[in-house]
Amino acid sequence: MIGDMVRGLVTTIKHVIQRPVTIEYPEVRRPVQPRFKGRHWLHRYENGLEKCIGCSLCAAACPVEAIWVEAEVNTDDERYSPGERYAKTYEINYLRCIFCGYCEDACPTEAITMGHMYELSLYVARRRDLHQG
Amino acid sequence: MATTAVSTEPFSDYQGDLERLRGVVSPRALTGETMLLNMGPQHPSTHGVLRLLLELDGEEIVTCNPEVGYLHTGIEKNMEDKTYVQAITMTDRMDYLNPPANNLAFVLATEKLCGLEVPPRAQAIRVILLELWRIASHLVWLGTFSLDMGAMSVFLYTFRERERITEMYEMVSGQRMMGTYFRPGGLWRDVPEDFVPAVREFLDIMPEKLRDYERLLRNNPIWVERTKGLAPISAEEAISWGLTGPSLRGSGVNFDVRKAMPYSGYDQYRFDIPLGEAGDVYDRYWCRFQETWESLRIIEQALNRLPGGPVLSDNRKFTPPPRSELGVSMESLIHHFKYWTEGIRPPKGEVFVPIESARGMMGCYLSSDGGPKPHRVHFRQPTFMHISALRHMTPGWLIADVIAIMGGIDIVLGDVDR
Repeated sequence: MIGDMVRGLVTTIKHVIQRPVTIEYPEVRRPVQPRFKGRHWLHRYENGLEKCIGCSLCAAACPVEAIWVEAEVNTDDERYSPGERYAKTYEINYLRCIFCGYCEDACPTEAITMGHMYELSLYVARRRDLHQG
Repeated sequence: MATTAVSTEPFSDYQGDLERLRGVVSPRALTGETMLLNMGPQHPSTHGVLRLLLELDGEEIVTCNPEVGYLHTGIEKNMEDKTYVQAITMTDRMDYLNPPANNLAFVLATEKLCGLEVPPRAQAIRVILLELWRIASHLVWLGTFSLDMGAMSVFLYTFRERERITEMYEMVSGQRMMGTYFRPGGLWRDVPEDFVPAVREFLDIMPEKLRDYERLLRNNPIWVERTKGLAPISAEEAISWGLTGPSLRGSGVNFDVRKAMPYSGYDQYRFDIPLGEAGDVYDRYWCRFQETWESLRIIEQALNRLPGGPVLSDNRKFTPPPRSELGVSMESLIHHFKYWTEGIRPPKGEVFVPIESARGMMGCYLSSDGGPKPHRVHFRQPTFMHISALRHMTPGWLIADVIAIMGGIDIVLGDVDR
């Protein structure tokens, strides 16, 4: 009986001399995996035109109805995307988003992808960072 | 000097409806002979929000009435409003300690409705992830159970190992817990290259860690004193109360869905079912703990025979086409749009699929009216039955034992209330 207690104590003492496995979070950040589903990114082609064509497929695939897309027709004077239409409004409600990645799977033009940013609660002064990465 | 008059009448200050208690508690409680005590809903050892209405004679339990529903989120009803693919995301959030098993129950039911074949590689990867998460779930259970019983360090060690599993899940699915990795017909994507080495490393380090937990608890006199002989339940009683999983096997009943009704190729793996004898809390603890060893065996076999090939069925009516086809095939693009807007349309019918989750037999009943959304979804969750068995297990034991009994059946309230 005493032996069993000593065996348990030896196990805990063994752990005292090991290196800690926790990290000092705000100073040290844990790298995320390449597939990590964080904040979304909307992409452009190299010539500056938007990849999004306003098809709303992401909004249809979204299980929590977090995405709102309003499409508008491109004109020759005002051209935002190479196709016929572009997304005039593209809103993602981050209070609803569950980061399942269905929008990324559904997007036919790879316009929206899930990035690696996960710190979504910010002070007002840093809110610009949220929009500009 | 003002004095407050305290009435000696029982229930004189009771605000609720006394009639509701009649028949639920013993008549002695209504005369004030025994004491009624609420344990929970906010109580750390209830692992969520479970309320137990205890009737106490001194410190001894006379009756125990579990009250569930504090975590009810209406997931089953909500799923009727989502397409089959969208509904998978909701299953993740039921039993939040073991999300892939929830995914699997729903996905298997959908596949059974559609008659979808799952490629062997997808099945093997499913088994690996399921067993990893069985270990993760048991680690959380072991940690919190021993924390409730006063053994703090086990909790710290088990969560350290669980972190490796969540990291591997993040590697394959992009999320630590709510990955939605299983899809009808296979998997979301193939696993990345680093996955197999990561699992192998986990298999290498895990046995030593399990031996550590064993050294800390198995023969620890305090642990044995508090769990051995506590709340024994016979095999017949366990079956009639609907216990499944390790809680049933602790009473010596050899029933495991993986053996009895194999799914996802579990019949190809060699593993044993740990059985208890007495059916007390200690045996339930020991069965669950031994299961992690068996899970390691299954993972190793699955890794050794991991076949190549696709991870998603190529039945385009029920699975999305690969992205490479979208630019070149008009038909693929149509299938892609149909899949994400309208969803899949399984034929009319109803199915029930049981699987063995970490806690016991979990079943998914799915009824389809031929439309793109499920007509009715229902989950048979093991913990719901386990909680109802508390009524039977706790009377005659002390308040402190209730904590141990609850820990022994491994409850997850997200699993119960849905």
